[in-house]
Amino acid sequence: MINRALAPDLQAIDEITLQHPEQLTFANGLKVFIFPAEEQELIKAEFVFRNVFEGSENPVANVALGNLLKEGTSKHSSAKIAEEIDYYGAYLVPEYSFDHNALTLYTLGKHLPSVLPMMHEVLTDAIFPERELNTYVRNNKQSLQISMEKSDFLARRKFYHELFPETRYGISLTQQSLDSLDRDRVMALYQKQIQPSNAYLFLSGKVTAADLALFRQYFEAQWLNQIAIDGASFPILPSFEPGLSLINKTEALQSAIRIGKRSIQRAHPDYPALQFVNTILGGYFGSRLMSNIREEKGYTYSIGSAIANLNHAGFFTIATEVGVEYTENTLTEIKKEMDTLQQELVSEQELELVRNYMLGSMLGSLESVFSHVDKFKSVYFSGLTLDYYAYYTDVIKTIDAEQVRNIAQQYLGYEEMAKIIVGKQG
Amino acid sequence: MISFEKFVLDNGLKVLVHEDPLSPMACVNILYDVGARDEQEDKTGFAHLFEHLMFSGSLHIPSYDQALQRVGGENNAFTSNDITNYYITLPANNLETAFWLESDRMLSLAFHEQGLEVQRSVVIEEFKQRYLNQPYGDVWLKLRPMAYKVHPYRWATIGKEIRHIEEATLADVKAFFAKYYVPSNAIMVVAGNVELEQVKALANKWFGDIPSGEKPLRALPAEPQQQEERRESCYANVPVDSLYMAFHTVDRLHPDYQVADLITDVLSRGSSSRLYRSLVKEQHLFSEVNAYMMGSIDSNLLIVEGKPSEGVSLAEGEQAIWKELERMKNELLSDYELNKVKNKIESTMVFAELSILDKAMNLAYYELLGDAHSYNQEVNRYQQVQTADIQRVAQDIFRKENSSSLFYHKQETLSHD
Repeated sequence: MINRALAPDLQAIDEITLQHPEQLTFANGLKVFIFPAEEQELIKAEFVFRNVFEGSENPVANVALGNLLKEGTSKHSSAKIAEEIDYYGAYLVPEYSFDHNALTLYTLGKHLPSVLPMMHEVLTDAIFPERELNTYVRNNKQSLQISMEKSDFLARRKFYHELFPETRYGISLTQQSLDSLDRDRVMALYQKQIQPSNAYLFLSGKVTAADLALFRQYFEAQWLNQIAIDGASFPILPSFEPGLSLINKTEALQSAIRIGKRSIQRAHPDYPALQFVNTILGGYFGSRLMSNIREEKGYTYSIGSAIANLNHAGFFTIATEVGVEYTENTLTEIKKEMDTLQQELVSEQELELVRNYMLGSMLGSLESVFSHVDKFKSVYFSGLTLDYYAYYTDVIKTIDAEQVRNIAQQYLGYEEMAKIIVGKQG
Repeated sequence: MISFEKFVLDNGLKVLVHEDPLSPMACVNILYDVGARDEQEDKTGFAHLFEHLMFSGSLHIPSYDQALQRVGGENNAFTSNDITNYYITLPANNLETAFWLESDRMLSLAFHEQGLEVQRSVVIEEFKQRYLNQPYGDVWLKLRPMAYKVHPYRWATIGKEIRHIEEATLADVKAFFAKYYVPSNAIMVVAGNVELEQVKALANKWFGDIPSGEKPLRALPAEPQQQEERRESCYANVPVDSLYMAFHTVDRLHPDYQVADLITDVLSRGSSSRLYRSLVKEQHLFSEVNAYMMGSIDSNLLIVEGKPSEGVSLAEGEQAIWKELERMKNELLSDYELNKVKNKIESTMVFAELSILDKAMNLAYYELLGDAHSYNQEVNRYQQVQTADIQRVAQDIFRKENSSSLFYHKQETLSHD
């Protein structure tokens, strides 16, 4: 008979081996990073553009820019562009983030020659037809109306505004700002932002020499810089005042809660240690917040915390939705967990558990070549190299209970946090 | 193409092994052949509540999660109307821990009142978060019972109402476990950096002595053919009207399933699709519109849903959708358009093979449907569909007397001055 009470021996978790890209710079200044992989007949080509802000920090035009890229060129209509991409089973996906606009092509390798010309056209010759802009504005105003009925959306929006008031990270879309969009503004932004000197191309998958030659043909020889961009602009962040904000919703069954503050960025030497402490607090299913507030008290379906890195700031956040009758108790319990981290030493057992969980999770995050690209981008846009991950692993493996407490004391004081409640205070 | 080997333990547990030596990880996916369709009408939401209890400790292991996280693993699970599926990913050299954990909870849970009480509360909060405290969150609570009158698909996985979850007892839990959580009712897939012989040895060691139990027989009432058009309106505190249309169509194993699926692709997959082009981009009648299959194992629903633009009534929206549906019935689509949606299927299937977890889940699901090999033939089944099939099946599906339409109105604030 096997002894089921006895766990199988723990085997040491391997460290990750990361793929270093081949780096090129095209003659037009486009920086290219190639991650070859043989397994699948797929190619992913991701163009990333730094967001350009001029005059205003309001991101409404930057958000619109990415969404409208595919909506018409001087040669082809929105319908024709969509048709060409869909026909070859490809995906052309715009993505907006606080610091970047990206346009990503996913395609089977065999169809690359068929879809690449359209991608080139979209990046070099978009015209943003008035009619398409109007459709975009109308539809987004409607979906914004719906989002504004969602408590977690309101809480997140308020949270960003508390942390980063009138900056690109703190200003949200509104009906008014959508209405204010006009074609000239989007076009002007396009001409500045979507050009090779402001772009990065991450190319991954089964990229052959012939494929690379195609990219050179379209995105080196046939893509010129138009307008010089003034030096990068920075958001100016005012000093931060912690406090409680309540948005009352009388009919709510649950309160959405957000708690957090501005924090350090990835390039800061404490970043991996803070990630470790965050994991203990709310970064995985077995975290203290989950164990206490979900698994012991049953106040919520889910609660979690995270630290996030932006180009010009970082932040820490806790998010949950709890039954309105548990709002007050949830805040009390969150405070208790944060205080405990600052006052008491973590047990060896919990340290080992979190350490292994994070190492395993790092290993598991490298699912395909596409994940190697993501790992690279994270450090690259923080001004770091892949060596960061060796440092990260070293910190995770060696951090001790004293250091955990120090980090908690330094970065995770409950009183220093913004607290947002959407729903009822309880 | 996913390669795999299969063996069956003496107690009836089916095991499939997919070796992928390029991954440093392994994953263990266990599918239990039980879902919300197996619940009693007065105890709905139970299969899903039970899934939560599977994490509250088993006979020899007080904390499932901790034991897994300690070896660098992660896990989750989901319940649908058809199945309950549990999965672990962990560093491959710690594979045995997954076998230890999964076999112990298949052998027996540690039933205790406190665990049940907490999970009842967690699931009630999930009910509120997903279904009650969201705009349009209750759509499925309304639409399912319109479309299904007899089949247990008439309730959602979360359950009909919170009361059913509140009333669940420990006796219910024990009975459910004894009936459904037996080796002969499970399919295990082990994928990643593993070897067949290693998995055989581990499976025998950890699962071999679990009593077989009896595979429960399923005898669900078939949903009778719908004879009359069904229409309902509801009013809620939402900012925008919304329209939902449900059409009955074939079960998952019917040869026309792929045809119906391609019909939804022609209608709404990608920004070149018909509904999006015509209703959103050209006529500006909708801000969003979508068509999709529920993908159920038993008799399916094909759903068309959309939110009309400001100033467009639900009635006008409905009419515009019907015009497109009539076009599917009356005009043969071109080979070009059919090839387009087939090409999308082909590339999507290749993308689905990037992750060992996706591969493991797909193998388990197709094995449940009858044979995991059929996963590898799925692309062919789509390739064989002809334009005439599309028209034939569209004519069968898009009939008023086969439809249930829910008109979800925003509540007008009263102002009659």
